[in-house]
Amino acid sequence: MQFQRRHRKLGTNPQSELYLQPLQFYGEPPLENISLAEFETFAVERLKLLKTVENLGVSYVKHSSQYKLKMDNELRLLHFPYRPDTKRRKDHISHFILRLAYCQTEDLRRWFIQQEVDLFRYRFTDLPPQQKLEFLHKNNLKYNTLSDKEKNELSDKLLMSSYSVSGVTVEKLEFYKVPFQDALDLVRSRKVYLKAGFAFVPQQDIVTIVLNDFRTRLSKALALTARSLPAVHSDERLHPLLNHLSHAYLGQDYSIQKNVGKISLEQIDSLSGKSFPLCMRQLHQALRENHHLRHGGRMQYGLFLKGIGISLEQALQFWRSEFIRGKVDADKFDKAYAYGIRHMYGKEGKRADYTPYSCMKVILSNPPSQGDHHGCPFRHSDPELLKQKLQFYKVSPSSITQIMELVKGMHFQLACQKYFEVTHNVEDSSFSLSHPNQYFIESQKALGGGKDPKRDVDVPQKVQETSQHLAETAEDLEALFKDG
Amino acid sequence: MRMSYSDYDPACLPDLLPLYYRRLFPFSQYYRWLNYGGVQKNYFQNREFSFTLKDDIYVRYQSFSTQNELEKEMQKMNPYKIDIGAVYSHRPNQHNTVKSGSFQALEKELVFDIDMTDYDDVRTCCSAADICSKCWTLMTIAIHILDRALRDDFGFQHLLWVYSGRRGVHCWVCDEAARKLSAAGRSAVAEYLSLVKGGEETVKKVVLTDPIHPFISASLEVVEKYFLEYAVQDQDILGRKECVDKVLALVPEDVRNELQTKMKGVKQPEKLWKMIKNEAKNKQGTVKKGQHFEKEIMLQYCYPRLDVNVSKGVNHLLKSPFSVHPKTGRISVPIDLKEVDSFDPFVVPTISRICEELDRPRTEEEKSEESQDKENEKDAVETRKMRDYKRTSLAKYVKYFDSFLDGMTRSWKGELLRKSDDQMEF
Ligand code: SF4
Ligand SMILES: [Zn+2]
Repeated sequence: MQFQRRHRKLGTNPQSELYLQPLQFYGEPPLENISLAEFETFAVERLKLLKTVENLGVSYVKHSSQYKLKMDNELRLLHFPYRPDTKRRKDHISHFILRLAYCQTEDLRRWFIQQEVDLFRYRFTDLPPQQKLEFLHKNNLKYNTLSDKEKNELSDKLLMSSYSVSGVTVEKLEFYKVPFQDALDLVRSRKVYLKAGFAFVPQQDIVTIVLNDFRTRLSKALALTARSLPAVHSDERLHPLLNHLSHAYLGQDYSIQKNVGKISLEQIDSLSGKSFPLCMRQLHQALRENHHLRHGGRMQYGLFLKGIGISLEQALQFWRSEFIRGKVDADKFDKAYAYGIRHMYGKEGKRADYTPYSCMKVILSNPPSQGDHHGCPFRHSDPELLKQKLQFYKVSPSSITQIMELVKGMHFQLACQKYFEVTHNVEDSSFSLSHPNQYFIESQKALGGGKDPKRDVDVPQKVQETSQHLAETAEDLEALFKDG
Repeated sequence: MRMSYSDYDPACLPDLLPLYYRRLFPFSQYYRWLNYGGVQKNYFQNREFSFTLKDDIYVRYQSFSTQNELEKEMQKMNPYKIDIGAVYSHRPNQHNTVKSGSFQALEKELVFDIDMTDYDDVRTCCSAADICSKCWTLMTIAIHILDRALRDDFGFQHLLWVYSGRRGVHCWVCDEAARKLSAAGRSAVAEYLSLVKGGEETVKKVVLTDPIHPFISASLEVVEKYFLEYAVQDQDILGRKECVDKVLALVPEDVRNELQTKMKGVKQPEKLWKMIKNEAKNKQGTVKKGQHFEKEIMLQYCYPRLDVNVSKGVNHLLKSPFSVHPKTGRISVPIDLKEVDSFDPFVVPTISRICEELDRPRTEEEKSEESQDKENEKDAVETRKMRDYKRTSLAKYVKYFDSFLDGMTRSWKGELLRKSDDQMEF
């Protein structure tokens, strides 16, 4: 009743069998030696691939036909077909290289897993039914199916629990009885019928189970890789290369404070109207009105402020002076809230330096609930309210229509960028929005304010530069994946 | 004859706490709970407790090797509030000596926190920290809905519902499968159970799409039992004009206009509600979207609002049962499921009340029991304490807690038996 891992002893030509299959769980690391040049090319290309997966996931409804079409195209452009056997080697090796670069922090792992899972899903769904079955069998997927009698008894409930099941087909469909812990994605979104701890999964949704399993394995594997990382870090040829790879996904690391102290607290009110993205403007306004923000809001806004250059001392003063105008007195503030702010600046607790949230993070994780003002207005506001707000901010009716269209199509970041364009009077902004702090920097640039902090968007180039110094030697990849 | 207990004075708390922890706190039941039958090694020992002391001083990562040690420490520190955290890989009080990264939260009960402040946009009677018997119905509804789902859908059996002491309830799911649930598992369960979504920027917080999942239908059945009396009558959500408008804001725009015309001049809330329901029924025949608005209204006004973040984390702390609420003085007592509907938070004893009750002169019966005690001196201290809480209004809550633990013990017995069977095989 569980996925069982196939343990294979690897022979002399170990991977050729693996490359006969169109898709794999990446259970075994590559065993061959590869040149550093190839190592690098593979890494950079897979990174481009994952970036593409991310972008498409934000701009299109995932797994819609449009999304699929785009994906097909882009993969071809990136020379990442995986069907022909020869390219499977590249797929395999490049996946493992990025594991090294993306296992280091929680944020990196989350990003990497998300993109790899999306990619896997796209590929799995694309397989012909026969190959899907083969894949399941190869990976020993064994759950009990419902008997006809059980199906009959539950047919009403089964029918009401899945979008893909219609009355006629309940009898013809297989339903798997899966412990709910193995079907979390289906449980979370209420796409299965649950009874006494079991999820009743229709056969076509079994892909979700496969993904769940893939995700779990990958996250375990990354944790393991992270543990063997010291060895990699001491390798002076690999270390800088991997570091650059991992910094590439955000474009810029906004946790590194630049311009510290350049902005005074008095400027925040006017900046919030001019240069803050709507999410931050909303938080700022709520803070001024209620003299309080709940945890999610404090994190999202506090880290943003840190990112634009507010120092720890300023931050403490800023939050304290606002909070004590509300229900919190200075004493309570110092006891209950100051810690959290120092924490954001890496001065307490784990001493981790927290990174300002990216749009993806704001849009996807921790949605606002009662009493919260955080989140992304393009994603989390009622369209009606958003419209009113835009009107209030004097956005022209035609632009509002455009923005609302984008919102409807779930292109939240594009909607935000459109808003940027109309409020800054630029026709075609030259950046692609992925971070509230980026919005701020671009806005300051457009308004002729702050100087443009140098950004290194062009990943491949950067990687090339640093690796010029690297000797051209062969790397034994397998050695990097030893279970520490 | 009812005494007045609303005269709890927070200033007296420092004087009352020592008495409470010395003579009333049910340590043996408490230990019996968190030790879980000793099925897993060091389960109690590796559990985090955190204490809030006078002046909001907060001490985390307390842990104890025995019931006795816990007792001694609590009697020494006299915490204003007790929180329970996770079972860790090492003793929490030694977490500093463990290599960082290897000190990890491994298990905890699956917990839920429902707080009345999260319902402020749908309560007309009170706001913020205030509650009254009218809005308490929301908690009753929450318990019925979640309890059913956690048992029938997820197959859990050992659910401890606890009054938070002020304005909400907590649920501790104590089954082994729940305690072992991963963070992803916890958030999946919590999201399955969440229907009301969105913050201050969202008006319509419940959106239903076809088909309506059996879980939602079952929850609606519960809400329907209460809706008319609670929402329409007590909360009067269709009374004043602003209220009616707020309800109608949840109806699709085109229907809203039609309804508004029809509703002109009608004043009786029950009638208005009937009109809304009928309108929805008529529209359900058509293929249009938004045909479930009457259900959405009911859910938005009554469906439990979970603080998902509390449930998600394995290491999240939650106020312990039998802890005192420093503001109200009320004890966090377990709620007997058989009596949820009559549970009245204002009857829950305060610490001042039970301490007073201790000072009452003993009855004849109690005296005779006492003299028996003196004869067998052995467990005198233990038994005296037992009888101490029995003389107060805490008794019935401890008794219920006992019966809850008995239920769990039966499952531990099975577990231990299985384990010893396993050993026999080797
Ligand atoms: S798209 Fe990004 S920057 Fe814009 S409002 Fe949303 S989260 Fe903020
Ligand atoms: Zn009330």
